[in-house]
Amino acid sequence: MASVASKLYSDDVSLLVLLLDTNPLFWDTTSTTFSQFLSHVLAFLNAVLGLNQLNQVVVIATGYSSCDYVYDSSLTSNVSSESRGARMPALFGSLLEKLEDFIGRDAELAEGDEHVDRIASSLLSGSLSMALCYIQRVFRSGHLHPQPRILCLQGSPDGPEQYVAVMNSIFSAQRLMVPIDSCYIGTQNSAFLQQASYITGGVHHAPKQLDGLFQFLTTIFATDLHTRGFVQLPKPVGVDFRASCFCHKKTIDMGYVCSVCLSIFCEHHKKCSTCGSVFGQSKLDAANASSSVNDRKRRAPDS
Amino acid sequence: MSDWQVKYKSTVKDRGARGILKLREGMLLFVPNDPNSDSKLKVLTPNIKSQKYTKEGSNKPPWLNLTNKQARSHIFEFENYQDMHACRALITKALAKCEEEPNKPAAVLTSAEQLSIADLELRFKVLRENSELQRLHKEFVETKVLTEDEFWATRKKLLGKDSIRKSKQQVGLKSMMVSGIKPSTDGRTNRVTFNLTSEIIFQIFAEKPAVRQAFINYVPSKMTEKDFWTKYFRAEYLYSTKNTAVAAAEAAEDEELAVFLKPDEILAQEARQKIRRVDPTLDMEADQGDDYTHLMDHGIQRDGTMDVVEPQNGQFRRSLLQDLNRHAAVVLEGRNIDVDSEDTRSVAEALARVKQVSKADGETTKDANQERLARMSRVAEMEDLQAPQNFPLAPLSIKDPRDYFESQQGNVVNEPRGAGTLKRNVHEAYGSLKESILEIRTKGLSDPLIKPEVAFEVFRSLTQTISTAKNIIGKNPRESFLDRLPKSTRDEVLHHWTSIQELLKHFWSSYPITTTYLHTKAGKLKDAMSNSYSQLEAMKESVQSELRHQLSLLVRPMQQALDAAFQHYDADLQRRAAKSARGSAGEANGHWNYNKGVIIV
Repeated sequence: MASVASKLYSDDVSLLVLLLDTNPLFWDTTSTTFSQFLSHVLAFLNAVLGLNQLNQVVVIATGYSSCDYVYDSSLTSNVSSESRGARMPALFGSLLEKLEDFIGRDAELAEGDEHVDRIASSLLSGSLSMALCYIQRVFRSGHLHPQPRILCLQGSPDGPEQYVAVMNSIFSAQRLMVPIDSCYIGTQNSAFLQQASYITGGVHHAPKQLDGLFQFLTTIFATDLHTRGFVQLPKPVGVDFRASCFCHKKTIDMGYVCSVCLSIFCEHHKKCSTCGSVFGQSKLDAANASSSVNDRKRRAPDS
Repeated sequence: MSDWQVKYKSTVKDRGARGILKLREGMLLFVPNDPNSDSKLKVLTPNIKSQKYTKEGSNKPPWLNLTNKQARSHIFEFENYQDMHACRALITKALAKCEEEPNKPAAVLTSAEQLSIADLELRFKVLRENSELQRLHKEFVETKVLTEDEFWATRKKLLGKDSIRKSKQQVGLKSMMVSGIKPSTDGRTNRVTFNLTSEIIFQIFAEKPAVRQAFINYVPSKMTEKDFWTKYFRAEYLYSTKNTAVAAAEAAEDEELAVFLKPDEILAQEARQKIRRVDPTLDMEADQGDDYTHLMDHGIQRDGTMDVVEPQNGQFRRSLLQDLNRHAAVVLEGRNIDVDSEDTRSVAEALARVKQVSKADGETTKDANQERLARMSRVAEMEDLQAPQNFPLAPLSIKDPRDYFESQQGNVVNEPRGAGTLKRNVHEAYGSLKESILEIRTKGLSDPLIKPEVAFEVFRSLTQTISTAKNIIGKNPRESFLDRLPKSTRDEVLHHWTSIQELLKHFWSSYPITTTYLHTKAGKLKDAMSNSYSQLEAMKESVQSELRHQLSLLVRPMQQALDAAFQHYDADLQRRAAKSARGSAGEANGHWNYNKGVIIV
């Protein structure tokens, strides 16, 4: 059996990890409804699975306060037991079930969360990390595996408090040589997604009209890694490389950088909060003030 | 007497014009007797290439033939041979003087610094190798925007590197014992010939301080250098013949020779001193093996033969071991003097000086001795017999890694929305999301999924995006915009870049302006920069329309830098004008000097 499998493994077998944005605060504000969006996405997933017999698809839902795996095409328990109306392809029955459960859990978490003064961003860093963990497991499963890539379908704006975590995931993806494609369907520009695609060698596109989303997805994002060598995909002309500062999580253009760990600050600090190195001549002051600085930094999440 | 009656002919066949040949400073003048004839001649001595003359013994009349650099020959017929020889001698002397002079003017150059020819050559070489630099040099130094010195001031590294390469490598000492090479013997004439070169002399002086001391003492007061070396080599010869009886006898006669035959006192003293200075706990700088003049050896001579000798003549023998050890010690010390000359005496003195210095350093004072004794007693302690020591401890501080993660969450600054409203929104949003999912489950995928017009529109817009991107970025993402420009424009852009950098470098370095020199320099640079600016504008116009936008993007940083420089220049000028206006207005009462100074500036 193994030899047959290896014969079937051609260059264009791909594993697509789809990060689906299920932030209700975003979907509340768009003209397209979530159901329309879902129908485009499900049709797209079908198309990808149809391109090659050995293709795999994994869907991770990116919620407001949590993320979870909702679908894995390599599992055999995908056929839903209940068939409420024969309209829905049976293949995605379990996806929808799990998605509903996930949204319910997410809602509970959101209600319990007192910390509401946050931009309505979804947990991109969490879902990126989960995707990378899954891909790492696939890498370790043997030398015969499909070529993985990540597709990020995002509409919510960037949360600058996730800057560090997102950048870490991007660099891990770069190391693993996993391209991160991104399709941004929101209104503002997403710097994180642009940087992610630029650094990892993926494709970034922000389609303007959402009723043609399926066409966008199949034209641009369905191509596997091998074929991308021959196909011209749209390239962005410029990339927004702005960072957010480590102390206040604001997006900044100019700031202070620690020369030891390269963390970015928007205002002058006596000491770097990441690596603890002292800036400038004020070593004595820093020794006295370090305890107070640590206390200051630790206050917010516990309140 | 430098005037002669001659007949001047331009060729041999010529009849010749009578006149007077005068030899003056730097030239030869021929004035014909007949004022109407036009064979007046003036030849500058540097132009004379060669002179030929007829011999006295021959039947020919006394002719002197001068050929100048243009291969024209002038023949002068003298009245007699004496005159001709006198004239010839004077001309030769003048020519000899002319030979020296051309070398001197080259060394005398303009500019405040005295540049040597070597420096100039170096500069030319660097310019020749780097065509970019040459172009810059031509543009700025030749149009007098920058002076030579300013141009090279920042490029000292280029010049310096070459000169470092030229510096000589320091040569070490040979490990071969050249001082002991066997002489060549001539059996027929019974002569023994020793060869002496400066290398050998150096080695002898380095290895045998007694010989060196003797040299300093005896030469040139008691004997010449030649005699000295003859005696020395006689001693060597005596050693080599292993004839200690003869050696003893000669030593008794000739006290100088005895110096060479005795064991080396100075060396022995040095060795004793070294041993005394050794710290038994620490240093292995010298031990008894260093005293190799008194080593028990195997009695093996240089050429490997064994040696049996009478005890009273024991001091007249020298062994292979001693020589080898001394030679090895000197080689390891290395060449520690820089005297490079051939003069034997200076080599000897330099070596003596070095030895003096090292001896002075080595001399231990009382304090140093005390210190050494204290250190010895300290080091000789035994650890397990000591009392237990309690060192002061510093507390260990290990940071909690959670600090890092928590600090990332903190300090999020946002306008706090009304908490209540947001919660309601969240609740509603989730509700609507759940509804959507329910809807899709019941309805299924929408059919048709996508309208054909919409799909067509999408295709069209995508194609457009991709093709415009290709135009802007180029077919090959690795190809840069510069490659698409025509070659001349590209070279021009690159050249402008380097020349503008050079100009800006000099411009900004001349601020703040304190002297008139800097002021004129800044002015000149500003003119050159405005020139560059207009050239850039012209270049932008000249290029094709589809490349123009990219080119202006490329050129913009240069123009911005130039604009900043112009602004600074104008602001500074205004500031100076305001200051001088204020100065002259405010100080009206009697500060004449100050006013004068201001006006000049």
